[in-house]
Amino acid sequence: MKPAPFEYHRPADVAEALDMLAGLEEAKVLAGGQSLVPLMNFRLATPAHLVDISRLAELRHVDVTERGVVVGASITHAELMGHEAANEACPLLGRALRFVAHEVVRNRGTTCGSLAHADPSGELTAVLALLGGEVTLASQSGERTVGAADFFVGYLQSACGDEELVTSALFPRLGEGSRSTFVEVARRHGDYAMCGAAAAVEVAGDGTIAAARLAYISMAPGPVVIDVGEVVQGRAPADVDLAGMYDLVSSVVDPRDDIHASANYRRHLAGVLAGRAITEAAA
Amino acid sequence: MSAEPTSEVTLRVNGQPRSLRIPHRRLLSDALRHDLGLTGTHVGCEHGVCGCCTVLIDGSPQRSCLVFAVAADDRDITTVEGLAGADGELHPVQQAFSECHALQCGFCTPGFLMVAASLLVREPDPDDDTITEAIAGNLCRCTGYVNIRSAVRRAAELSAAISGKG
Repeated sequence: MKPAPFEYHRPADVAEALDMLAGLEEAKVLAGGQSLVPLMNFRLATPAHLVDISRLAELRHVDVTERGVVVGASITHAELMGHEAANEACPLLGRALRFVAHEVVRNRGTTCGSLAHADPSGELTAVLALLGGEVTLASQSGERTVGAADFFVGYLQSACGDEELVTSALFPRLGEGSRSTFVEVARRHGDYAMCGAAAAVEVAGDGTIAAARLAYISMAPGPVVIDVGEVVQGRAPADVDLAGMYDLVSSVVDPRDDIHASANYRRHLAGVLAGRAITEAAA
Repeated sequence: MSAEPTSEVTLRVNGQPRSLRIPHRRLLSDALRHDLGLTGTHVGCEHGVCGCCTVLIDGSPQRSCLVFAVAADDRDITTVEGLAGADGELHPVQQAFSECHALQCGFCTPGFLMVAASLLVREPDPDDDTITEAIAGNLCRCTGYVNIRSAVRRAAELSAAISGKG
């Protein structure tokens, strides 16, 4: 339960961090370390170098713009949860963040780090996918922006290359009349979700549902976005066809068995949470 | 194999600057216990699940087993040893845990005390849900959470009485 030896580096700015990532063999970025350090303690990860970006002032920002909320890479989950303007622009952030581990872990773990870690049960992956957000990556050769659909490429794998650094993530605002929520089922609050879903519902002027989408965690190697508009369009929030939602979602998701839950149970949870999420979001 | 990389770091532990040369892989929990002899911080799971090793870093409760000591250079660290007064007078959370029978074996206690102490700084009069949320990341395997929650409520009363006296 002790990490293997490595060399620790604390760059003075982003440019130096990028030089380090380009020049050092087997280097990993250390931000909050709330996923990386457990992996290192178990020696599932044995990087030769760690580049600590947690103190870089350039990455310590939350910007609320017309497009949405831009979160810098050294912002912790707790800091984002406590940012009023960010939560006003994007209420789904706070609703999802309360399910991310526990307060003590959120005090150090970063939102961008959790995206880069690309855990299939990471709540923020579903939020980014549902909102159609994007991640900005920097390297010595410049910057590029990758949309959520292309960012999560596999189990614990993101599009961030070895020499790249996630510098920020954009969580777009939903349109006028849209509402959102996050629901999940875990063995214990704060544990990895057996199933979780972010929901966005567009409510028309007459109070009926015009469009609805869900994004699931813990169902596949990356977040799974499902458009459920065909089942709920034209219905009042109190009159959602729960059975129809259950059938649609449980026929689309394709989870696997693991020690926490069987595939069948996960599929069942996905169906149940579909109705719960849409009803809660639209209410 | 080449020598393991080490660095000189300064941790301000319970108000005292402590300089030490440590390997980069040294966890903060081990630096406190092994290098500084502060064995009040307990180490349970060493992967961030049990909460025993919780300390305050710049006032914020964090898992010392998930922080490298080198990354805590120049930070203010408060451990359970820093709760009681210089004269040995118990901190309100320690007094309350004793009064409410909120510990038996005591293994998890340092983590709960640090979380409770930091909660009462932010929320001098927390409701039950707030207390539950604050202690949800800490595991107790013998005493149970009912007495621990009572102790946090009692600690809030004791703190209020102290600040009332001014």
